[in-house]
Amino acid sequence: MDFLLEILSRPWPWYVAGPLIGLTVPLLLLLGNKPFGISSNLRHVCAACIPARIPFFQYDWRKESWNLFFAGGIFIGGILAGTLLRNPEPVQMNPALTAELASYGVQDTSHLMPVELFNFHALLTLRGFILMIAGGFLVGFGTRYAGGCTSGHAIMGISSLQWPSVVATCCFMAGGFIMANLVLPYILRLL
Amino acid sequence: MTNAGATRVAFWPNVKFLLAGIFFGILLVKAEVISWFRIQEMFRLQSFHMYGVIGSAVVTGMVSLWLIRILKIRTLDGEEVVVRPKKFTWGNVYGGLLFGLGWALTGACPGPLFAQIGTGAVVVIVTLLSAIAGTWCYGLIRDKLPH
Repeated sequence: MDFLLEILSRPWPWYVAGPLIGLTVPLLLLLGNKPFGISSNLRHVCAACIPARIPFFQYDWRKESWNLFFAGGIFIGGILAGTLLRNPEPVQMNPALTAELASYGVQDTSHLMPVELFNFHALLTLRGFILMIAGGFLVGFGTRYAGGCTSGHAIMGISSLQWPSVVATCCFMAGGFIMANLVLPYILRLL
Repeated sequence: MTNAGATRVAFWPNVKFLLAGIFFGILLVKAEVISWFRIQEMFRLQSFHMYGVIGSAVVTGMVSLWLIRILKIRTLDGEEVVVRPKKFTWGNVYGGLLFGLGWALTGACPGPLFAQIGTGAVVVIVTLLSAIAGTWCYGLIRDKLPH
């Protein structure tokens, strides 16, 4: 049992985790004909809490409540994986990235998120504001504008051979490449 | 007293989706795809890991959907499995680019935001609230945007 727990606590390789993530697609379809996707939850929260007479939020969000339960499950799954199955080792990454991040003062890899960048105190800095608040805003605005996120487009959409999802996924990647390589280095130099 | 015409949210019929979410959340954390570090590696082409995860997930999804179709597998309630087609809009392009920028900043797409908070990165609640604000603003100016 301890041996099993130790294996499960290590990071799971892509060829184990990837196919299991892919199985979420048939799982949700067979459980109730639900399309795999998460970003719609952000819309449901708006519709439930702050609809403000905006037509885009005038619909019966309760009919989509399965999606909110799914998101709640992801949160609980995060708690379980972060406690019972917690990996005690620091995140292993490419040495070139470790060196680059160290040059910005980002050295703590004990958590999956860099604690030097993502903390409440950092919210008051320009760097933290851009990473967390502006970044979050772009995620919420962009996914809804694009009609889905990595799960809805990249995994569900491409799995079901829908070309608009291929286009969207290429744009996700393009945006990410531009930000990570051309813009982020300047943001990380800010304090 | 209930809202006229509004559906009630029932707990028990939704428990299966809660469990599916727990399964998916554990996977997201253990594959480290919710890690800001892994996202940076992906966008700098410094590791195959993320490409392996997403690629093998897509292939598995594709094979599963193909099996569901040729074996005519039905849902738990005996319904025919339906996948609604997605229509192309220019929002796929503009929104996709904007989301990509945000993904590289936060190290998270919407699913991972929930998982990151679960693992104890409490400050990500702020990122999530900001994402909700982003969706709200999209809804507000939707008619003025090119689609």
